[in-house]
Amino acid sequence: MKVGLFIPCYIDAFFPEVGIATLELLEKLGVEVEYPLDQTCCGQPMGTNGTQQQASATEQLFVDCFKDYQYIVSPSASCVDHVRANLDAIPQTSEVQNVRQNIYELVEFLHDILKINHFPGAEFPHKVGLHNSCSAIRKLGTSRPSELMIASFSKSQTLLEKVKGIEFVTLDRPDECCGFGGTFCVFEEAVSAQMGYDKVNDHFRNGAEYIVSGDMSCLLHQKGIIDYYKMNLKTIHIAQILNGTSR
Amino acid sequence: MTKPINQAAAAEQFLQDPQRAQQYDQILWNARLRRDQAAASIPEWEQLREIASQIKEYTLTHLADYLEQFEANAKQNGIQVHWAKDGVEHNQIVYDILNTHQVQTLVKSKSMLQEECGMVPFLENQGITITESDFGERIQQLDQEPPSHIVMPAIHKNRQDVSKLFAEKIETDPNNDDPHYLNEMMRQNTRPRFLKADAGMTGVNFAIAETGSFVVCTNEGNADIGANVPRLHIASMGIEKLIPKVEHLAVFIRLLSRSALGSPITQYTSHFTQPKKGGEIHLVIVDNGRSERLGMADFWSSLKCIRCGACLNTCPVYRRSGGLSYGAVYSGPIGMVLDPTFDAKKYSNLPYASTLCGSCGDVCPVKIDLPEQIYKWRRVMAEKKLLSLPRRESMKAAGMVLGNPQLYRFAENVILQKVMKYFPLLFSSKILNPWVRHRALPTVPEQTFKQWYIKNRQPQNTQKKTQKNL
Repeated sequence: MKVGLFIPCYIDAFFPEVGIATLELLEKLGVEVEYPLDQTCCGQPMGTNGTQQQASATEQLFVDCFKDYQYIVSPSASCVDHVRANLDAIPQTSEVQNVRQNIYELVEFLHDILKINHFPGAEFPHKVGLHNSCSAIRKLGTSRPSELMIASFSKSQTLLEKVKGIEFVTLDRPDECCGFGGTFCVFEEAVSAQMGYDKVNDHFRNGAEYIVSGDMSCLLHQKGIIDYYKMNLKTIHIAQILNGTSR
Repeated sequence: MTKPINQAAAAEQFLQDPQRAQQYDQILWNARLRRDQAAASIPEWEQLREIASQIKEYTLTHLADYLEQFEANAKQNGIQVHWAKDGVEHNQIVYDILNTHQVQTLVKSKSMLQEECGMVPFLENQGITITESDFGERIQQLDQEPPSHIVMPAIHKNRQDVSKLFAEKIETDPNNDDPHYLNEMMRQNTRPRFLKADAGMTGVNFAIAETGSFVVCTNEGNADIGANVPRLHIASMGIEKLIPKVEHLAVFIRLLSRSALGSPITQYTSHFTQPKKGGEIHLVIVDNGRSERLGMADFWSSLKCIRCGACLNTCPVYRRSGGLSYGAVYSGPIGMVLDPTFDAKKYSNLPYASTLCGSCGDVCPVKIDLPEQIYKWRRVMAEKKLLSLPRRESMKAAGMVLGNPQLYRFAENVILQKVMKYFPLLFSSKILNPWVRHRALPTVPEQTFKQWYIKNRQPQNTQKKTQKNL
């Protein structure tokens, strides 16, 4: 099994440790991983703004980078959702369609494809608040959205429960959006910041030491709020916990 | 030239009063929680949503037939049916009926359609005195403000606001903000108007084709007093309100109030089939852009909407913006997809007042794909060249950099790792960089992931290419 690793631009630039944890974790689990060096972004920012014309070059580059892989894995639900659901600024050749079908978000890949039951050496003796991103919950369907009256499940929690010592706190609004929303966070700054503040506070109030998420973009925003208000709360990507390299 | 509504600025204004904003968010979130509880108490909830969606879809795809069937049956029942192609025609028809009956005073219950048609200001200009009978709408009427929510029109006001308003407008005790007192005072203010009104107007929640009857749902019984006390009852109905049979009604009645407020059913679910003895019922069936919407491949399913307001209650942006920030008849997620059909330019910013979190689509009792439609409206706005300058230009720049590996690497290696790292003050202007208004800048790490990977994992076969690109 050969996996193409997609590390979104904001992880590449600001959180290399998350990319490293993802890579090491997959390698540890026996997966052959390659990171195509020309990759930049999936095209989501332009796509989400409706500017298809501006998205096309980035989307084409993404397909060129990843067309030869059986699986494409990324530690970001929103990017995976963009590729899967919305990468259509370029002609839908069979190459493009394959890329769109073959991409998996890390939690999905571990849970559904590799079916991992055990994370050797992973230990995290902390109280965590789990932040499943909106893309993970309501687009990729990796946990039950609180709106739907269906049986409860959460793939990220199922994985994290295999980590020694971890403890989950219960949130008042478990799947309320944190307000990042891509460019929303600057174009609708006031609402975005208020949502972020409310979200971070929910974790804090309920005793979390860490906010853990599969989406670093949500955490980039939430960490910004935490640091601005100097709150005693940390953020961590799920890959870092599962890889056992959380520091 | 219409100027686009700046929802973001209005929302920022709304958040200036943190206590009020928090209260607003919590009240609406509580409505969402009550909705969750009510939905969870029905084992077949998801099935009901699916059935409701299918009934609406079926009716909308056979709309002309059902409209004709409905009209024939309604006429047979003695209801006088009128057709209006738009708001202007609707208002004129209503006025002509009122004029023929020499109506001076009118009591009306809540109707988003009449709001959409701008009916009240039109009729007032013709010298007709109108009293809103829904408590929330009456508050808004006294304050000369439009409704801020589809089912809770004055939800942005607290009781102190109402007390102050009533003291000013209906001479209540300015020091008394007890809701029971305010409620009683309003009853005394409006009851005589209700009893003396020459005509009553209502909206329509559902119209049933097989019986030619229509249904109005309220919690205050206010539609009923307007419809039953005066001799003349005029109802306004959008063409999308139809359902084929009475048996379908049960599905929607079970969903409507549970979705809206979390109660099993509205206090009043009134069926109007024929005029009372000596009375008249007029029904104005209105298109006002609906046929055109029905023809929009991406947006037609918004016509399934039953106006429950669940998408507003759950929307994290709506809850932190206030309904008036949308500057439109319809606010929240359903507003973002309906409003641009009336004026794409004026409402071009609305589809961006969303994080695309998807919650609205999952609470919608008729399964309208609201998040997808919001997303698609953005494409329409870009195609129509209606994006704001900063958005347009930033996307151009982003598309250029992210579409080109060399430029991207330059941006990372120079702008990020040199400029941002060593001159963070350049990025810390709250005016130039909205990020830092309530957020700290992220720290720039020693190396990017890409740089780490090249150092630690660079496979032999890509070494040459990499060196070239670097």
